[in-house]
Amino acid sequence: MNDSDKIRLLRDMIFYRRFEDRCFEAYVERKIGGFLHLYSGQEAVATGVLEMANVGVGEKGDYVITGYRDHVHALKAGAPAREIMAELYGKETGSSRGRGGSMHIFDPTANFMGGYALVGQPFPLAAGLALGCKHKKTNQIAICFLGDGANNQGTFHETLNMASVWNLPVLFVCENNGYAIGTHIDRSTAQTDQYKRVDTAYNIKSSQHDGMDIDIVMEEAKKAVDYVRNEQKPYFIEFMTYRYRGHSMSDAKGYRTKEEEAEWEKRDPIKILSDRLIKSGALKQADIKKMENEIHDEIENDVIKFAEESPEPDVADLNKYVLDDNPDPRWIGPLK
Amino acid sequence: MAETAYWEAIQRAHDEEMTNDPLVIAMGEDIGVAGGTYKATAGLYDKYGAERIIDCPISENSYTGIGIGASMIGMRPIIEIMSINFALLALDTLVNAAAKIRYMSGGRVSCPIVMRTPGGTAHQLAAQHSARLARMFMSTSGLRVVTPRGPLDAYGMLKSAVRSNDPVIIIEHERMYNLKEDIPEEEYFRPLEGAEVVRQGEDITLIGYNFSVHLCLEAAKKLEADGVSAEVVDLRSLKPIDRETIRRSVEKTHRVLVAEEDEAPVGVGSEIITGIMEDCFFALDSQPVRIHAADVPVPYNHKLEQAAIPDVDDVYQGALKALGKI
Ligand SMILES: Cc1ncc(C[n+]2csc(CCOP(=O)(O)OP(=O)(O)O)c2C)c(N)n1
Ligand SMILES: [Mg+2]
Repeated sequence: MNDSDKIRLLRDMIFYRRFEDRCFEAYVERKIGGFLHLYSGQEAVATGVLEMANVGVGEKGDYVITGYRDHVHALKAGAPAREIMAELYGKETGSSRGRGGSMHIFDPTANFMGGYALVGQPFPLAAGLALGCKHKKTNQIAICFLGDGANNQGTFHETLNMASVWNLPVLFVCENNGYAIGTHIDRSTAQTDQYKRVDTAYNIKSSQHDGMDIDIVMEEAKKAVDYVRNEQKPYFIEFMTYRYRGHSMSDAKGYRTKEEEAEWEKRDPIKILSDRLIKSGALKQADIKKMENEIHDEIENDVIKFAEESPEPDVADLNKYVLDDNPDPRWIGPLK
Repeated sequence: MAETAYWEAIQRAHDEEMTNDPLVIAMGEDIGVAGGTYKATAGLYDKYGAERIIDCPISENSYTGIGIGASMIGMRPIIEIMSINFALLALDTLVNAAAKIRYMSGGRVSCPIVMRTPGGTAHQLAAQHSARLARMFMSTSGLRVVTPRGPLDAYGMLKSAVRSNDPVIIIEHERMYNLKEDIPEEEYFRPLEGAEVVRQGEDITLIGYNFSVHLCLEAAKKLEADGVSAEVVDLRSLKPIDRETIRRSVEKTHRVLVAEEDEAPVGVGSEIITGIMEDCFFALDSQPVRIHAADVPVPYNHKLEQAAIPDVDDVYQGALKALGKI
């Protein structure tokens, strides 16, 4: 990977960080409602893994699915930032036409198959996407991002078993940030190394890596993605990471120490990559400052502006999208 | 026309739809090598192979979820859940995912799955194998719920369900799989929506669905011997409900009874009667009657079981009450 690709990835991550910070601000201004879960700190995982997958190429690409902390996965998969922001604003131009909100970003034109609020629910959906890919022999794979806490759901065990028995091309990416809301993994999970819960139990290859250094993430993700695609088998990859902000906006983080936060922030994914690029001479500090300013302006002048100016859904359309709005009368009737 | 059992009708619909569209697959426990608990997929494993007739482990929530995930990208899975009691394990994925994905995505993603499952009491299967639960699914926006009363609908509605773009729950009944009926030998479809007047009458409307339609038909025969002409309406679809057909019938007969095998509270009967109150209250000459199961877990003991669930005589007596004859 050459320097200009690395610079592009750095720009991606700075954009994602700013996007999430801007969501925070808009939430405080009450422009965004509901639950809002921000991804800051974990950027290297989604960015690095999806950089190694076939995304951003529309409907021919790999399928991506995740939980409620979904903005960045959708962005990297190729969903337009302005549509995601418009969704958070509840607007008709939003990626889910204002019906979903932060936890339910969907963009089928980018093969981003949704964010889901029920912890553990995406596991089987991902395996189903993989089953569809395998059945249609398209050489696409499904990539499922979920947290460490999700692995204590039954769907984790049920789905890993079936994905293994049926040889489904699905990559499970575990973003282990050490917490499920305010419960530390030591207090909820008997085997804290998640990748160890998979290999002998379900006969699925698995591994654990640093999730803060995007170079490591990419190197390991590439192997995993290639394995899933070439072998047509599942793989489980665990990345050790950290979320900087509270679980959602209502979280005062009383369950962890400032020292712990500071330790992780020393290994900030944006800092690791930018330091490396500066050290190699590919970038100067001033270039990064310039990048930050450009991103700031792009988010204000394009993303936020679009969300602000877009119309809300028409209340007359309340009943749209419940069932097929144009059903074929041959199958649906009514009976005559 | 050919005399066909309910299970054979379902098997034939699977076979034809799988031939018609390579994206149709079937999933469930024991449906492949074993041929299906109710023989609904008999012989199809040999014909279509393990990739399309998928024997699933005992993981209802996740294999239903896998079917839903596959349906999001164009597959058409028909998922069999061995008993509606076990569908409770798949409620998260059915209610929180299948029913809501179209809406949450602003109409951009759909989940055209079919879930088939028998609900109802059979012969002393006791509390954990006798649930009916239709009311639970019919209260969920974003699902279709249908209840074929016999082979004609079992075949024609399954075929329509496979082709519809919505998640469809087909509630069958353990006591109906061997029920026989003449059905056309040519391919046909029966629409998912619309109640059906299955017996014309003038004096009272008996409304049923699934197995209780048969109780209503039997009761109508008894009433005929008393000189009462009963109309029988099969709801066919519990979501959505065809209120128009119900209204027309009640405006004709002025008396109504709803028969359900489920417990009464927050049930099918409550919903139907509320609709009648809203749509044609002034057409009624007497108070509506609900016939339903006792509000107890279904007992194992045969006598208790019979006491807990409605039978033909319960419907008959209920009709006499609505007619003011007792
Ligand atoms: C089925 C279900 N149970 C509980 C919750 C509440 N809840 C939301 S997020 C969460 C913690 C999940 O932790 P993890 O999987 O580690 O993901 P993270 O938030 O750390 O990214 C819980 C318990 C839920 N949304 N769904
Ligand atoms: Mg976590």
